[in-house]
Formats: sequence, structure tokens, C-alpha cells
Amino acid sequence: MPERSKPSLQSKHSSHFARIERARRKPGRVQGPCVDLAHGGGGKAMRDLIDDVIVSAFGTDRQSLQDDQARIALAPLMATGDRLAFTTDSYVVTPLFFPGSDIGKLAVNGTVNDLAVSGAKPMYLSCGLVIEEGLSLEILRRVVGSMAEAAQAAGVTIVTGDTKVVPRGQCDQLFINTAGIGVIPTERNPHAQGILPGDVLLVNGTLGDHAAAILLARGELQLESAITSDCAALHGLIDSVCGEVDVHAMRDITRGGLSAVLNELAMASEVGLVVDETALPVRADVRGLCELLGFDPVHMANEGKLVMAVAAADAQRALALMRAHPLGQDSAIIGVARDNLPGMVTLQTALGERILDMLVGEPVPRIC
Amino acid sequence: MKHVDEFRDKALGERLFARIAALVPRAQRRLGRLPVSRGGQPIKLMEVCGGHTHTIFKYGLVGLLPEDLELVHGPGCPVCVLPIGRVDMAIELARMPGAVLCTFGDALRVPGSELSLLQVKAQGADVRTVYSPADALTFAQHHPEREVIFFGLGFETTAPSTALVVREARALGVPNFSVFSNHITIMPTLRALLESPELSLDGFVGPGHVSMVIGEAPYAPVAEQYGKPLVIAGFEPLDVLQAIVMLLEQLAQGEARIDNQYSRVVPPAGSLLAQAALREVFEPRASFEWRGLGSIPSSGLQLRAAFAQFDAERRFQLHEAQVPDPKACECGKILAGVLQPWDCKVFGTACTPQTPIGACMVSSEGACAAYYNYGRLTTLRQKRSSTRA
Repeated sequence: MPERSKPSLQSKHSSHFARIERARRKPGRVQGPCVDLAHGGGGKAMRDLIDDVIVSAFGTDRQSLQDDQARIALAPLMATGDRLAFTTDSYVVTPLFFPGSDIGKLAVNGTVNDLAVSGAKPMYLSCGLVIEEGLSLEILRRVVGSMAEAAQAAGVTIVTGDTKVVPRGQCDQLFINTAGIGVIPTERNPHAQGILPGDVLLVNGTLGDHAAAILLARGELQLESAITSDCAALHGLIDSVCGEVDVHAMRDITRGGLSAVLNELAMASEVGLVVDETALPVRADVRGLCELLGFDPVHMANEGKLVMAVAAADAQRALALMRAHPLGQDSAIIGVARDNLPGMVTLQTALGERILDMLVGEPVPRIC
Repeated sequence: MKHVDEFRDKALGERLFARIAALVPRAQRRLGRLPVSRGGQPIKLMEVCGGHTHTIFKYGLVGLLPEDLELVHGPGCPVCVLPIGRVDMAIELARMPGAVLCTFGDALRVPGSELSLLQVKAQGADVRTVYSPADALTFAQHHPEREVIFFGLGFETTAPSTALVVREARALGVPNFSVFSNHITIMPTLRALLESPELSLDGFVGPGHVSMVIGEAPYAPVAEQYGKPLVIAGFEPLDVLQAIVMLLEQLAQGEARIDNQYSRVVPPAGSLLAQAALREVFEPRASFEWRGLGSIPSSGLQLRAAFAQFDAERRFQLHEAQVPDPKACECGKILAGVLQPWDCKVFGTACTPQTPIGACMVSSEGACAAYYNYGRLTTLRQKRSSTRA
């Protein structure tokens, strides 16, 4: 029998090395119940967090992580349109989870909507996370999972990102920033200065749902209701209208509510806008909450609503297209543009007409 | 919402406007006045309560009233009439180490002599918005290590809930809870207005929520002693319009009584329980400072000696700081109905809802803020029609 050769010292070492190297290259796994400062330190713990929680959820191509930036081919973009739309938004909502949505879904849909109201087809998002140390991993996984789900539903890809962990008290659990890129098809050009006297204003549904849902989710009012946030990505609805109708101006109605958006549009287009208060779609329970607290649905935030201006001749067609979409069933014509009182928004109430200005700060309940 | 919509009905509103238009000339004749178009004076009715001012502007009622009827927007907005010195005291409380100042949201932006509570909060003071004084008491129970102070504000509308919470704090023995009382009462203020030599008011739309507590009787002197009609009114637009009709009917008949348009909510005797709670916990101060109106005798409420441990002013030995209103501000004359908001030099320029100088610009219920936010339209139209004329 030939003498069994002993493995040389060198080959023994190299098999150890190979094993260790294989292990080093395996996707990392996070240990422990919550995020700590090490996860933001730029070292192994951070890579574990990104591998385990973020990359796995977003389905990012692992090879692309080796570079510090996403690389996007121009040719397919140029085939879609002639202008890039680029936007960013930060999300700091409390609580992180609320009826109908959560901060993750909001961070995707909010940026998708900011792109879509330019007429753009949203394509790529970034995801910046600022995490307060101590945030439970379970919460982080839920939020990131929700982002992945929303991105998939909206047909956008999250292609780049950043993660920071800050000491306790320096942020409130979790802040998210998303930036987004979309491409605007050549024939579309809704813009803030685009409203002409005679144009008709439309919204795609009930106002104030998101703000009401958040207010109730905070639990300070000790009220119960079935109100859920309207958080949704609107590019599908926008596509269905823009495909057939020339939209002069379009905005998503978020913080500041309808009043803020309309005042900005009226000033940019130098037209007067007259809104019919009785035509504004508002859920009965949201109206009830507003009556109780002295709020006004026109000042309240939404996350799945938009207002658009179209020529009067196109208004009924636009309304029908919006109503045919699942996110536009309660769409309504709410007002018109005129050349009188340029820059000013007025509200025709059931009885008389008055100015509809922006709020100064956040809505606060009146005491009596 | 059906109940609410009934009080905003367009057809009924139009009937009330028509009735008002018919009654105004009759009331003017009875008062021996010429119409404005022939150099006479309009009929001036004051809505005392900020809630009414809010309704009048929110529904755009002003533009639909005849030019011979002028609505004067009264002092019944507790946030607006809070003087600078009292805001400074609240800020001093909020800045004490370990303190939590709980306040209604609309007091946050009221300017003190240098800062508002919102700005002090941004600098690190613990100022929290609550929806009821009971929330502040609960917070105090859960945080025995903190000094929790409730910033008590408002007329007889909100004072009973403060009284009940103070009583509860004593019953439960919550040592770290106190109230900084800025509660005020309506009648001394109406008296001060009625005795003003500049007064040019013909009647009052009386407060609804306050009356729910105090009832009809306390208003008797308005009619008996000063000869002015007062109609207690609800807060929906048709409530206000109907109250105006009821006032004009009295003026046209040469009468002055206390009427109650809001009987669906306001019982003639008010709420005896609330009155008892007020009497038990509060007593009138010798006098209380109002932004824009100066010092008014017996118009403020302080905690009685039996509740002294819950009185933030006594407990933290606060000293009343009297700070004069800004010179440019015409709030006093606007509150008395002598001037209209746009008669003030700083209205809409230096003084806006973002940078309020005077009381009336502070809360959405203040006359100037209401004009600025909702009423510029009416003002524009009036100016245009007067230039045409």
C-alpha cells in the first residue's frame, strides 16, 4: 500500500483560508433583536444589516452592490421620452404604521407620485435610511418589506441606497429619504404655469383621509373609526388620463392639502381658481372628525390624491377616465380657472364665496 | 352629517338673507337713521364670540349682507385677547427645568414679548398640545417626576372642564399637577364694551357655548341697563343669520330683550353642574388684563385658596408682567367696533397670520385673521365698488 501522504502544512492552511473566504463572501446575517450603533459604522455589522434586511428584501443584484452607484443605461430611457424627471422626498411620519399604510409604502408611493404628476413614467428609486439605535429589527424588516412590495406594485426598482444609524434621541425611530428618476414622454407637459382661464379642475377622490388616519392612529383623541390612509401610487391613473387628454397642470395633494396646491398653481399660472365646496369629495367620517376638531378637509394631507387642470372641452372625458380607474372612483370636477383675481383661490360655499388661503402652519384644533 | 347640513341649507339661507334685507331699512327708520347711501350710519351688530366670526367668514356671509348692516367682530376669542405678559409667564413656566406645559394647540403661536410657545418649544422646552385638561392630568399621573402645568384658557366654555380636573387632581392627590389659569368671563367684558364712550353698537349676537354654561339670566343688564338687544346664537351659518334676523326684528320694533336662538343646546338656566364646579374652584380676580382692551375689573378667574396647591401662579411664585400692546396695533378699536381691520396701518403688511402683531391676527377666530384669511375678497369688492362710485 502506498503510504498515505500527509497533507502539507500549506495545503491544510489553504483549505482553511478557502473556507473562511467562502464564509466571508456569504451574505451576512444580523445578530440581536435591534439595530445598534455598530450597524451604522461602515464595517461588517453594517454589511450584515444591508445584506440581511435590505438587499434580500429589494432583490438587488448583488454584483451591483460592489460599486457605490447604480448605473442606468440611457438607451431604454431615451426610447421612453425626451426629459428626465428627478425628485426627492423625506418621510418622518409618526407612528410608523397606521391604518392603510406605513412609512415604507409612503416613501415609495410619495416619490413615485412626485414623478408621475409631471407625466413621467417612474423608473428608479434610491432609499436612504436614518435609523435610531434601538429600533427593533422586526420593525425594520416590516418597513423594508413594505417598501419592496410597494416598489414592485408600482413597477419601479430601488437601485441604490444608504444606511445611517444615529444615537438614541437623534431621530424618531426611522426616517426614510427616497429620490426617484422617471422619464417624461415627449407629448406630455403638465406644469405649474400651464393653467388657462376656463380650465376645469378635477380631483381623483376623497380629501383628508391620510391626515385623519394619522391623527387617529396617534391615539390622542381616543376616537375609533374605519378611516384608512389613501396612500397609493398614482402613475397608473395618470397614464390612463394623459394617454387621451392634454393635462395642463397636475399636482399630488400632500401636506398643506388642496388649499396649498391650488394657491401655488394659481400664483404660478396667474389665474384665479374658484372651487365649489359642495363638490369636494369628503368621506362622511372624515367630515365628522373635521367638524369635531375645527379642521377643514381642504387643508388636510393626502397621499394618494391629485388635482389636475384640463380644458373645459376635455373635462368630462378626463372625469370618465379617472372614474374608470380603481384609484379614481370618487373623482369629481371641483372648480374652474378664471382670469379674474389672478393668483387667488376662492371657495364657493353653500352660501357665499370666500378666499381659500394656505394655512400658516399645521392645522390645530380650535378651543371653542 | 345630516343634522349639520340642515343648518347650511342654501334655500333657507337665501330666505334669511331676503328677510335681513327687508328688516334693515325698517330698523334704520325706527332708530331714526338715514341709509348709508344718503350719508347715514349702518346698523352695527357685534358677534361677541370668535366662533361666530369664524362661521361668518368661513361661509362667506359678509359679502351677502346689505351695506346698511355692519358686523363688528367682538372680543370673544380667548386666544386673541391673551395679553403679552401672560404669554411671557407661560413661557417662564415652560422653561422651568423638569416642567411640561400642556396647552390647547391654538395658543402655541400667540406672540409674547419676544417669543411664542412654539418657538420656545423649538428651543427645547417641553410644550405639549392637549385636547382637554384631563389629558394633562393623566400625563401628570403617569410622570410623577415631572411638574405638569396646564395652560388654562378660555371663557366659561372651557373653564368648567378645568375646574373639574382641578377637583379631580385634589381628590386623587396628584402633587405634580397645576393650572396656570387665564380663564375669563364674558359679562364683565360686555359691560366694559357697553360703557366705552366710543361705543356705536346696536345689538349683540350672543355667545352660544358660553351660554350653554351660564344660561340667559346673566345677560339681562345688556337689555335692561344699556337698552341693547342680545340674541344667543348657534355656530352654523343659518344659526347666525337667524340670530341677525331676530336682532333686526327687535330693533325694528324698538325693543331690547335677551332672546335665545340656540335653544336646541342652551337651556334658559344653563348648566347648573358646570356653574357649581366653577363656583367651587374659581373666584374672580380683582381685574384681568386683555390684549387690545386693557384691564377689565372682575373679568379673570383664579383658583380659590382651597385649591392653592394646584395654582401654578402661587406654586411657582410667578409675578404678573404687564407688557403694553404694540403701538402700531389698533386691536382695541377694532374689538370695540370703532375701526375695521383694513383701517389699521399694519394690517396685511407687517401684521399677518404668519407674523401677528396684535390680538386680532393671532387666531383664526380673530377679526383681522378672519379678514385676512377669508375676507380679502369682500374688502376688494367693497374697495372696487367704492372707487366706481
